[in-house]
Amino acid sequence: MKYMLLIYGPHQEREPTPEEWAATMPAWEAFGNELRSRGAYIDAAPLAGPASATTVRAHDGNRVVTDGPFAETKEWLGGYYIIEAPSLDGAIEAAAMCPAASYGSVEIRPIVDLGG
Amino acid sequence: MSTSGADAAEQVARCFRDDAGRTVAALARAVGDIELAEDALQDAYLAALERWPRDGFPARPPAWIFTAARNRAIDRLRRERAGREKLARLTALAPTAYAQLGDGDDAMQAIPDDRLSLIFACCHPALGIEARIALTLRTLAGLTVEEIADAFLVPHATMAQRLVRVKRKIRESAIPFDVPAAERLSERLDDVCTVLYLIFNQGYAATAGDRLIRHELCDEAVRLGRVLNALVPQEPEVMGLLALMLYHDSRRDARVAADGSMVTLGEQDRTRWHPGKIAEANLLIARAVHHGVVGPYQLQAAIAFTHSRATSANDVDWPVIAELYDHLEKMVPTPIVALNRAVAIGFAHGAQAGLAALDALPAESLADYHPYHVARADALARLGRSTEARAAYEAAIARTQNDAERAHLRGKLRAVEPPV
Repeated sequence: MKYMLLIYGPHQEREPTPEEWAATMPAWEAFGNELRSRGAYIDAAPLAGPASATTVRAHDGNRVVTDGPFAETKEWLGGYYIIEAPSLDGAIEAAAMCPAASYGSVEIRPIVDLGG
Repeated sequence: MSTSGADAAEQVARCFRDDAGRTVAALARAVGDIELAEDALQDAYLAALERWPRDGFPARPPAWIFTAARNRAIDRLRRERAGREKLARLTALAPTAYAQLGDGDDAMQAIPDDRLSLIFACCHPALGIEARIALTLRTLAGLTVEEIADAFLVPHATMAQRLVRVKRKIRESAIPFDVPAAERLSERLDDVCTVLYLIFNQGYAATAGDRLIRHELCDEAVRLGRVLNALVPQEPEVMGLLALMLYHDSRRDARVAADGSMVTLGEQDRTRWHPGKIAEANLLIARAVHHGVVGPYQLQAAIAFTHSRATSANDVDWPVIAELYDHLEKMVPTPIVALNRAVAIGFAHGAQAGLAALDALPAESLADYHPYHVARADALARLGRSTEARAAYEAAIARTQNDAERAHLRGKLRAVEPPV
């Protein structure tokens, strides 16, 4: 089974400084290495902040482009991991090790296998 | 051997009653899908009703049903072009050991007992608590959708949809049908115990609804508790939960008067308590204590034991109960446990001490909980503060939905002398 871990962090008034970024990096690297050592890692990427989000709708052929994320929420999607796990319990174990689990939240979504 | 349709129907009904749980568990575990397992088993029963009158009874009806259900599931998965892995697991699920079974042996012996895996899947923390309860009652207890809906005062369609959704989530997110790893076992067992105890309480508390269905909830919670205790026989908290439910259940007949009104513990006719259930609970508690790991269910069972042991309401060892609540409150620091502790203090050390303990509780978080007002009213009445007692009884009456309990409280209100 493949799962996506959606990494949510609390809304921040300002972008973190390069030093603040750097301070968090070892934890994220350790998490990635742990996933790799378990053969669970498939893909991952951080996302640029919500201030850079653009939302597009093309209902009935009318293209509407708006500034900002699709939904205004307290927590922001900051990145994702795609992992392989034998079951939801494996995905929960992985999510619990993610640095964001200790200050934000990690949503687990099964990836639908369209077969073929 | 030819056989009548009525005979076949009876045999199928027996297979259903005795083996449905285990058959669904084994199939569901192999495919990770409760709905598919239930549908396949349903098809197998229909096939039996059609074929048995024509072809005669098979030598081992449960094995016939199991194999038919498994084959239906295989057909379904082939049509859906499901992964080979699931198909292989199903095919491997053949009751191959039949040849070695003696004539008198139970045919189900050859089928793996995966009920524990099914219990853990149904009570998985990734499922909403209401969904866990509904699924457990449907899949493990075999209650109908209508019965579950009625017991929880939910429209039938809502309950049906809740069950469809939860089965889909189990399949789509691959909730495992496994006994959790040792380091997670105790927290996952705790989740299972919570579900069973909530089912029991829904039956026992009788806040509203049909009494018959509610008795069935208590019976099923106890039955599942026994199954769980047999499957994980070294878990003191499971023993504690089962003992606790049995102690409560032993008072079932004594707690409702002939006119349907509630009879409180202190006023119950103790000769109407069920001695068999109490004896079973006593044994469980004695065994649990040997493990030397105390938990909330064991403490609550110990409190219930202390009540059971008393020969009359005047003979209850309240200081012991107050002390047990002390320990319980440290483990489960909720306002309701604190309330029960305060009530116990009142009986152990006098109404004045009880009222002081009640006044120390967080009133705002208990304001809508009628037992809080009952406890205050009782303490105030004992102290002769009748105006305050009457007001507290009225507050309690306004906050209970249960007719029997309201009638009981009105009686208490009348018994308080109005101020002269």
